[in-house]
Parts: sequence; structure tokens; C-alpha cells
Amino acid sequence: MFNHLLSLLIWLPVIGAVPVLLAGSNRPDTARWLALLVAVATFVASLFLLVQYHPDVGGMQLTESHLWIAAWGVHYSLAVDGISVALILMSTFVGILVIVGAWEVIQDKPHQYMAAMLMLEGLLIGVFCATDALLFYALFEAILIPMFILIGVWGGPRRVYATLKFFIYTFFGSVFMLIALLYLYQQAGTFDMATLAALPLSMKAQTWVFFAFLIAFAIKVPMVPVHTWLPDAHVEAPTGGSVVLAAVMLKVGTYGMLRFILPIVPDAGGHFAWLIIVLSLVAIVYIGYVALVQEDMKKLVAYSSVAHMGFVTLGIFIAFLLVREQGNVEMARLGMQGAMVQMISHGFVSGAMFTCIGVMYDRLHSRQIKDYGGVINVMPWFGFFYVLFAMANAGLPGTSGFVGEFMVILASFTANPWIALFAAFTLVIGAAYTLWMVKRVMWGDITNPHVAEMKEINGRETFVMIAFAAAVLAIGIWPQPLVHLMDTSVSQLVQQLAIHKI
Amino acid sequence: MPNFNDILVLLPEFYLVAAACVLLLADAFMTPEQRPQLHWISIVVLLVAIYLVIAGQPAQTVTAFGGMFVRDGVGEILKIFALGTTAMVLVYARPYLVDRKLPIGEFYTLMIFAVIGIMLLVSAGNLVTVYLGLELLSLSSYALVALNRDARLPSEAAIKYFVLGALASGMLLYGMSMVYGASGMGGTPGLGLAQLHQVMAYTTAPKLLLFGLIFMIVGIGFKLGAAPFHMWIPDVYQGAPTPVTAFIAAGSKLAAFGMAYRLLDAGMGDLAHQWQLMLAVLAVASLAIGNLVAIVQTNLKRMLAYSTISHMGYLLLGLSAAGPEGYAAAMFYAICYALMGVAAFGVMLALTRAGFECEEIADLKGLNQKSPWMAFLMLLAMFSLAGVPPLFGFWAKVLVLEAAIHAGMLWLAIVGIVFAIIGLYYYLHVIKVMYFDQPAEGSVLEAKPDVSLRVVLSLNALSLLALGLYWGPLLGWCRHAFGL
Repeated sequence: MFNHLLSLLIWLPVIGAVPVLLAGSNRPDTARWLALLVAVATFVASLFLLVQYHPDVGGMQLTESHLWIAAWGVHYSLAVDGISVALILMSTFVGILVIVGAWEVIQDKPHQYMAAMLMLEGLLIGVFCATDALLFYALFEAILIPMFILIGVWGGPRRVYATLKFFIYTFFGSVFMLIALLYLYQQAGTFDMATLAALPLSMKAQTWVFFAFLIAFAIKVPMVPVHTWLPDAHVEAPTGGSVVLAAVMLKVGTYGMLRFILPIVPDAGGHFAWLIIVLSLVAIVYIGYVALVQEDMKKLVAYSSVAHMGFVTLGIFIAFLLVREQGNVEMARLGMQGAMVQMISHGFVSGAMFTCIGVMYDRLHSRQIKDYGGVINVMPWFGFFYVLFAMANAGLPGTSGFVGEFMVILASFTANPWIALFAAFTLVIGAAYTLWMVKRVMWGDITNPHVAEMKEINGRETFVMIAFAAAVLAIGIWPQPLVHLMDTSVSQLVQQLAIHKI
Repeated sequence: MPNFNDILVLLPEFYLVAAACVLLLADAFMTPEQRPQLHWISIVVLLVAIYLVIAGQPAQTVTAFGGMFVRDGVGEILKIFALGTTAMVLVYARPYLVDRKLPIGEFYTLMIFAVIGIMLLVSAGNLVTVYLGLELLSLSSYALVALNRDARLPSEAAIKYFVLGALASGMLLYGMSMVYGASGMGGTPGLGLAQLHQVMAYTTAPKLLLFGLIFMIVGIGFKLGAAPFHMWIPDVYQGAPTPVTAFIAAGSKLAAFGMAYRLLDAGMGDLAHQWQLMLAVLAVASLAIGNLVAIVQTNLKRMLAYSTISHMGYLLLGLSAAGPEGYAAAMFYAICYALMGVAAFGVMLALTRAGFECEEIADLKGLNQKSPWMAFLMLLAMFSLAGVPPLFGFWAKVLVLEAAIHAGMLWLAIVGIVFAIIGLYYYLHVIKVMYFDQPAEGSVLEAKPDVSLRVVLSLNALSLLALGLYWGPLLGWCRHAFGL
């Protein structure tokens, strides 16, 4: 059975969604418990990854491969490295929390909601372990279907606009990647990602392929200027949808960069690294300012997600600069490592922030900052968690938010102090928009009489909060296990950056 | 000269002709109470025909009647799917016909005659056989569209279909006569597609040949419903009774692919460099007109009509690659489209009742609340039509795009993919109406209690998912038929 651990991880939630769906709208509790059972089982199964995967060996492990489409030589092939393991663990962890978080909140067709969540989780895990480009692409696109339904059915007032925009926007990006993959298939005769990584390509071809990949992944991340779908999708999505979107789905974009742009088109990647770095800095600085003026809490956190993801792309592409222009592999590793930690950290922090906003929305049915004020007076425990997550969002040392950003800034300082200067701006802006929001929502006197009626979080919500808080603090205080898990894989990735394929 | 072996080669066709005649007679002698039994009898007739096609499958290509009829892998696959989808249409059609008191006997007999037309067409080895099969299919279809002869819309659709269809047939025939003249051969063998291929290189009138080719492509374009020969499609789709629309969407598209393949490859393969670009132009026009006009439709049948036009654009992408790879991809696409189209119309048929056609997109409002299973089946069909993985329609699109890139037409593939994004919108709109909207006041929207319909429709829609997850064997089969 353990030879098929990865398949199990993908298919358990996907198949598990079927009985949840069959439970029907007449037995909502059966559906909920079944969904929780499946999510917990998936999480437990994913813990076996830590046993089976050997971090010191590195490379792709737990390989599974079956011939899928004989005529094209496409394989159903799965494997993981340290980065994938970390992302899968995060997905299964968040998977449980969104099910628990939606328990009583979703009253309308809970079975469909839970089933869509489980399917989404399974497909996302699939994206993180596919090693065949066509399989990756199919899963990469398939995640749009459950997300489309989640936003459209359980979303806010402008959900139809938001979900259509989300679907068409992301679909638009990825079709160009499909063309690029078909082109690569003609060159290499296979979709196997390891073979594609070894395929020599001219600079012209690499440039085209690079931009085709970039548009697909940049929209997913999202990078400036193609981030405009994200605030809409986040604002209108139900809480669970926002959590998965921010915590896991955005990572698919940066993960795709690691798996496609880095190994397949390294020369073009190096050549255009400045472009990504500039866009990342724009995301960090400009989007930070945009976040500052938001009046809707979800929008604020959505924009801060764009800024934080800017750090991930900055960390990845600063490594290009360091390796290719300065030959500084050690610092490149640090930058890449920082980007990876930031990915995981942002997953927990943004997930937690959206959960907090969901908790408040359930009580007051408003996401406007001006409707709140003095919440800490009526919900002290909730206030504690809210402030903790806000601090993590601002990158306070001791929380997970600090570790990744610090590593990336350090690496970029070696590359170019100016880049580090702009990147470090986030410490100011991030603190500004987050703390200002905390000030307006949490502190002060209660001005809105409805706030006075808000009830303290119940046991279920406390459980979700504690789980998120534990993850945020664990990574913040003792990041070593996470770093160790990904270290060898990151080194191997960085070595690939130096390879010239022309 | 005809002998017993020739008849054996055509056994499925002869069998169906005999069965259709028996059905016609039976219809005449049956009492109105007995008549609904024709339903099961005709389905069995079609299933037996599938069996005969499979059982009699020759190891290699066989010809009969002096090369007029070719039985090969391509024909076999198209016949199996044409018969299969037609049988599905019959299953979906029964409650519709009963509710509306439409003439049952005529419907089944005409359907079977139309299928015979398809079978002749996809196995044609000779220009005359092509024309024969085409006319049998077309004439039966005209009558089927006018089945509800007292209503205004179907009659209008039938007249339009007939007039434009006759014009297209005339074009085709005209083209054929030019090609025949240019081939410089007398007698019937000169009309054989295989011989045509041989004489093509020695023709003394290349211009005449090219003219003939153009007229033939007009005929093919009309049958496929490719723009700018698509004018009939929206009116016919909307006006025809829904089961007939489903048949035109599925069976006759398979036939049109078969006809295009026979004429263009077997007959005019040496002129590929000429017709390749013509088909590419048709493909671009179809993609553009189909996808753009579909966006503004409010009638589901009419929207699906424009969607068909765009899908034929994708099919032409594969055909215009002009090689076995491209043909295999195009055939895969045709099969895929037939299954998707039948599923989409099947859901509509399951929801209709007397006095409620369920043909406006708005009619599906809140379907997920009223009948979640039907909504889910329609969701599968819509995502498949839109080409979203992991559904079947996505892989079909990937195959034709690959074929186009392989043939060095990267620009065409990019045009195709850009219109796939535009086309996404109207399919998503249907899903939006079903899932995100609240049901209208007093809307019933219940699926028919008919068990056979529910089971077959569910299998049909789920096959889009199953084939999306595992399409290797079908692709292998299609490629094998083209010798890959």
C-alpha cells in the first residue's frame, strides 16, 4: 500500500467526496462527519510522508509511474521532493481546518460544499506531486472546477462576477502554457518533466516558452499586474474558499515556477529575472500601499497576500541573479530557502487571517472595517488570536512571517542592496496596514451597538484558531525542521539554475 | 461483379434496410396501443447492427461492388459510434414523443434510414456512393426536422434546411462533376476515390480540378456546419424537435467527418497543400463566429448550435493538419463531440414535459436545487464542451491542437486556444444559471421518471468523465484505424 502513498493521498479525498455528496441535503450531519473523517484520514496518511521521505537524500522520491496514454507516452507519474512534502502537509492540515471551520456556517447544501472542498484538496495534492507535465496541467486546470462552484454557490453578493472572472482569468493564463507544453512535447517526444528539464532549447524558444509559463503561473500567484482577479475572488468567496485559495492555491503558481521555469527554461529565466524581480518589488511596495487604503478587511488581506507572494517570487528569482551573475550559490540557497519558508508561512498566516475575518463576518455580516471597533472588549480570546495572526502577517520576529522574509531580504542584499531596500519596505508597510486594521477593528470603544452583541468564539472556532496559531508559532520559533525537510531539494534546485541549456 | 461476398461486406447495411422496411410495415399494421413497442424494437435493431459491425470487422480493408464501398477501420469506428449515439437518442426521445403525441413510427423508421445514410457515407469508396449516402441522410433529416408538421417553427426550420441543403448538395455534385471531368476517365470506375487519387498526378486540367475541389469543400463545409456555411445550423437546431436536434448534433457530425475524410484524403490527398489552407480558413471563421455569437444567445438549443459551429472549427483544425495524426485527432474530436452533444440534449429531454420545452437557458434556473443529479450531468457536459480538464472534451481539444502544431500551423493552434477562452464564458453561464441562481417561482424541473432514460443519460454523461480520465484506448483505436 505504501508504494502508492501519493496516489492514496490524491484519491482518498476525491473518492471520499462521493459518499459525502451521496449523503444528500437531508442528512447534513452525516455529510459533515464523513467529510471530517476523510479529511482527517488524508492528513494522517500525509504524515506517513514524513516517515517515507528521506530529506537528506533529496531528489524525487516515492516515485509511482504507470503508463497512462500509450499513444503519447504519457505516464501517470507521481513523486515528491522536500518542497512538495511540505506543501502537501500544509494542504492536508488546512483541509481539516476548513471542514471544521465550515461546520455550522454553511447551512445551504453542506454536503455539496464539503464534497467540493475535498475534491479541491485532492486535486491540489495531485498538482504538488505530478511529475508528468500533461498530468500536472490537467490537475492544474481541474482545480478551477470545484473552486468555481465554491465561490459561485456559497459566495457573497457579487459572487457570480467574481467567480466568472476568477475562472476565465486563470484559464486564460494556463492555455498558453498548454501550447508551450505541446511545443515541448514535439521537441522532446515526452511530457516527462525530468526529460524536459534536460532538453536543450535555443534562447528564442526558451523565451517564448518562458513567457507562456510565466503568464500561466503569474496569474495564479498572482503577480502584479495580473493580480486583479484575486481581491474579487477573495472578497466574494466563502471563508473556507478564501482560506484554501490563499493558503494552498496561490502556492500552485510559485510551485509551478519551480517545476517548470527553473529547470526547463533556465537561460530565459536568468535573462528575464530582473523583470520578475521588478514586478515582485512592485507587488511588495505598491500593493502594500494599496492594502493600506482598503476598507474591506478581506480585500486588505487579499492585497497583503499579493505583497507576501511577491516575496516568494523575489526569493526564487533573486537566486537566478545570485547564481548566474555572482556565482554565489550559498546566498542563492538562502534566498530560495526563504521563498519556500515564506510559501508555507503565508499559507498558515493568510489562512488564519481569513478564518478570523470569517468568524467576525458570521456574527456581524459585514467585512467593512468601519463597522467594527472594540471587538476585543466582547471577544477577548478571539482578539488574542486575531492580534497574533496580525503580527505574523506584519512579519514580527517569533512568528512564521518573519523567517521567510528575513531570509529573502538577506539574500537580496547580497545581490543588490537596492533590491533589499525596497523589499525591506514591507516591514514598514506591512506593519502599517496590519496594525492600523487591528487598531480600528480590535481596539478602541465599541461604537457599533451590534458589536456589543458579538459572542465569544465557541469550542470549534477555538480549535481552528489554536491549530493555526500552533503552526504559525512553530515555524516562527523553530523553523529548523521545515528548513531541514526542504534543504536538500532547495540545494538541488539551485544547482539547476546554473545549467546552461542553449 | 456483385457476388455473395460483396453482400456479406455490406451485411450491417442490408440488415438495417430490411429492418427499417419491417418497422415501416409493422407501424402500418399496429394499433395505437401497440405502437410504443416500436421504441424497444428499434433500439434492439440498432444494437444488433452494432454487433454485426463489430463481429464482421475485417482484418484489413475490404472493398465491395467494384470499390464503391470500403469497409475499413475508420468506417467501423464511425459506424459504431453513429449507431450507438443514435440508440441513445432513441432512448432519450421516447418520453418527448409520447408527451407531444408525435408520429412514433415515422420517427423510428426515418432515424434508421438516416443511420443507413451515415453508414454508406462513411464507407464510400466512390463519388456516387458519397452522394447516395449523403442524400439518404439529408432527406431523412429534412423529414425528421418537420416531424411536428403543424407547428410553425419546425416547418420553417425544415424548409430552410431543405433549401440550403439542396443548394449544398448541388454544389457538391457540381464539384464532383468537375473533378470527374478533370480526371479524364470514362465510366463509373473513374468516380472511384482510389482511382481518382492515381490519376490526379497526370491530369491535364489542374485548374478544373481545383475548381471542383473548392465546390466539394463547400459541400463538406455545409454538412459540417462550418462557417461561412453555417447559416442553417441555428435555425434547424432551434426549430427541430429536440431528439432530432440531438441526432443532427451527434450522428450527422460523425457522418460529415467521414465524408470529409473520404473525399479529401482518399480522393484528393495529393491536393492537400491546396485544401489545407482552405480548411484552416473555415476553421478560423467557425471558431470566431461560433464562439462569439453563442455568447449572446438566450435559447439553449440555439446556443448549442453556435457551439457546434465552433466545435466544427476544432475538428477542422485536426483535418487541416492533413495527415494520419490529424485525421485521428479529428475523428477523436468527432466522437467526443457526439457524446457531449447527446448528453447535453439528453438532459434537456429529461427535463421537458408537454408544454414545457426547457430550451431557454433561463429555464434551467436553480436546477441544482430541484434536481441535483441532472444539474451535475449537465455540468459534466458543459465543462466537457468548454474543454476543461479532466473531462473528455479537453483531451479532444489537446489532440487537435497538437495535430495543428505538428503540421506546422502554430498560429492556428493559438487562434484555437484563444477562442477556447472566449467560448468558456457561455458554457460557464449555463452552469451559473443551474448552480448559482435561485429557481423561478413555480418552476418544476423534475427529471422524467423513465428509468432507461435516467440510466443511459447518467452513463452517457459519466462517460465524459471516465473517458477524460482514461482516453488512451480510444485514441489508440482511432490511431490504429489510420495506420498509426
